Amino acid sequence: MATITTSESAKAEGVKPRSFRLPPSLISYLQAAPLTLILGSFLAVPILMIGIVSFWDYDFAQMYPDFVTFNYAETLGSWVTWKTYLNTLKFAFLVWVITLFIGFWVAYFLAFHIRTTAMQMVLFLVCTVPFLTSNIIRMISWIPVLGRNGLVNSTLISADIVSEPVEWLLYSDFAVVLAMVHLYTLFMVTPIFNTLMRIDKSLVEAARDAGASSWQTLTNVILPLAKPGMAIGTIFVVTLVMADFSTVQVMSGGQSASVALMMKNQMSLLQYPAAAANAVVLLVIVLLMVATILRIVDIRKEL
Amino acid sequence: MSKAAEIDIISVSKIYGTTTAVESISLKIPAGTYCCLLGPSGCGKTSTLRMIAGHEGISSGDIRLGNSVVTDLPPAKRGTAMMFQSYALFPHLDLIDNVAFSLKMKGVGKDERRAKAMDMLRLMQLEAYATRRPAQLSGGQQQRVALARALITDPEALLLDEPLSALDPFLKIRMRAELKKLQTSLGITFVHVTHSQEEAMALADLIVVMNDGRIEQAAHPRTVFERPATAFVARFMGDHNVISGRVTKSAEDTVALSVPETGGEFLATGENSMSRETADIAIRTDRVRIAEPSEKGLGFTGSISNIEYRGSSVKLSVSGAGVEDFTAIVSDAAFFANPVKVGEAIPLSWNREDAIVLGHLKH
Repeated sequence: MATITTSESAKAEGVKPRSFRLPPSLISYLQAAPLTLILGSFLAVPILMIGIVSFWDYDFAQMYPDFVTFNYAETLGSWVTWKTYLNTLKFAFLVWVITLFIGFWVAYFLAFHIRTTAMQMVLFLVCTVPFLTSNIIRMISWIPVLGRNGLVNSTLISADIVSEPVEWLLYSDFAVVLAMVHLYTLFMVTPIFNTLMRIDKSLVEAARDAGASSWQTLTNVILPLAKPGMAIGTIFVVTLVMADFSTVQVMSGGQSASVALMMKNQMSLLQYPAAAANAVVLLVIVLLMVATILRIVDIRKEL
Repeated sequence: MSKAAEIDIISVSKIYGTTTAVESISLKIPAGTYCCLLGPSGCGKTSTLRMIAGHEGISSGDIRLGNSVVTDLPPAKRGTAMMFQSYALFPHLDLIDNVAFSLKMKGVGKDERRAKAMDMLRLMQLEAYATRRPAQLSGGQQQRVALARALITDPEALLLDEPLSALDPFLKIRMRAELKKLQTSLGITFVHVTHSQEEAMALADLIVVMNDGRIEQAAHPRTVFERPATAFVARFMGDHNVISGRVTKSAEDTVALSVPETGGEFLATGENSMSRETADIAIRTDRVRIAEPSEKGLGFTGSISNIEYRGSSVKLSVSGAGVEDFTAIVSDAAFFANPVKVGEAIPLSWNREDAIVLGHLKH
C-alpha cells in the first residue's frame, strides 16, 4: 500500500506541467507598472517638462534650451503678477466661504433631515443633475439671466424697483463668483455629506441627553466631526478656483484677471517659458495651501 | 450622591405607523431598584427605555419620575441619564471633555467642569487616561467613560441600553459586577435593558420580562425563576420544561392535563384561574429524576435523544408521551452511578410541587 502511494505521487509530480514562474519581486513590479506608466507619462513627465522649460530662453518665435532664471525674476518682480495672484486668491476665498456655507447646509439637510436612504439618494442625484451639461454651457447660460437686458434686469425694471439696468450683474467680479459658486458647490456638498453620513446618530442623542440644544449639538458635535469632509471639499474648491481661467474670462468680460488666464495669454503670445515659470509658482502656492489645510485638519480618517 | 426616584409607567403605548412596539404597559419601579427589562429583540424593551429617557415620544399614557410627570419633558430636564448601547462617546473629544460635556452645555466654567470631570474619572479609575480619545481605550474602559459621562449630571435614574453587549464574555462578567457595585453605592434607580436572562438574574432586584410589546411578568428574579407567570417566561428564562395540553380536570390547586394524540397525562400544582380548556405547565429541569413516578401524572417514560456532559451535571434530552425534547439535568454522581445511553427508554419523574401551572396574558 505504502509503495503504491509513493509511486503514484511521483507519477503525479512527473505529469504536472512545467509551469513558468516569475520571481515574486518581479511580479510586484509588474503589478505596479500600469499605474506607474499612466502617472509617469501623464503627470510626472509633463510637470518635469514644465519645470525644465521654465528655465529656457525664448524670443517671439522660438524657445532656446538654456538655464536662465529671468522667467522667474520677471514673473515675481512684476506688480501685475502680484495683483493677479491677489485677485485669484480673492476669488478663491470668496468662493470657498460661500460654497462651504451652502455646501454644509445642503449636506446637513440631506444627512440629518431626510429620513429615508432612498430619498437621500434621490435628492443627492438631483444635486448632480446640472453636471450633465458642460461647464461652459452652464456658465454661459448665466449671460441671458444677468445681462443688461437679461431676465433679472427686465424683471427689476418692469417691477419699477430700478429705473435703469443694474450694470454690475454681468461682466463683474460678482458674476465670476456667482458662476464659480454655481459650478463648484457640489464639490463641497459631496465630501461633507459623506462625513455627515458617517456620524453615529446616537452621538446626537447623547448630546441631547446631556442637555445640548440643537445649536450646541451643531457646534460641539456635528461641526467638529464634519471637519475632514470640509477640508476635502476645500481642497477641491480652492484648487479648482486657483486653476480657473474660462469662468474668469467669460463672466468678467475680460475685466478681471486670474493666474491661469495670465498663463493662457502668455501662451497665446508663444511665451511658453514665462508661462511655465508662472505655472511652477502657482503649483507651489497651491501645494502650500493644500499642505496648510492638511496640517489643520486630519483627513486620513476619511480616506 | 443624589436621591433616587421612583419611576412610574402608566399605561404607556408606543405606535410606529401601523405597528405597535409597546402596548399599554404599566410598571412601577421603586426608588433605588436595579430593574432589568428583559426580552428577545423586538419585544419593546428598548422602546420602553427610550421613552423613559425622552428620546422617543410616547403615543399614549404617562411616565412619572419621582414627583413629576415627565411625559413631555426633554431628556435633560427629566433627571435621567442614558448610557447608549455603543456608548456614543464623542470621538473628537478627550475623556475629560467627554465627561464634562453636559456641564459645558449648562455653561459651567472651564476650570470647574474639568475639575468635576476629573473627580468623576478618578471614581472610575480612569484618571490616567484623561487626555486620551475614546478610540484609544478598550471596551471596558469606554464603558466606564460612558458611565462617568452619564453620572456627572447627578441623575435620579440611570438608563442603560444593553450596556454589556459590546464586551467579550470575561469582561462582561467583570463589568456586571462593577455595575451592581456602583448601583449599590450610588443608591439611584438603574433601568437596564438586556436580552440575556443570565445578566438579568445576576443584577436585578426587579426583572421585567417583555414580549411583543407587553409585560409578561415583573417580579424579583427568584419569583420569576421559581414561579414563571407564563409559558413565555418559563421558556425564556430557561431551565424549565414547558408542556402544553388540554385540561381534563381542575381541582382547587391541582390541574390535570393530557397531551393531545399521544395521551400523556400530567398533574400540576396551581389554579386554572381562567377556567381555560388548555393549559401550560412548567417543570424545572434540575428537579427531574431518573426514576419511576410515585404517582401517575408526575413523570413519563421516554427515549433519550441526546446526552451532554457538563462537568458537575449531565443534560439528558428525552422524547416520549407526546413531549419533544424534555430536558433533565441530573447530577454527575447520580448519572454515573447508573449510566444510560442514547436511544434507551428511561422513566422520568418529579415531585408534585415542582410542576406548576402557568398563566396566560389577558389579550
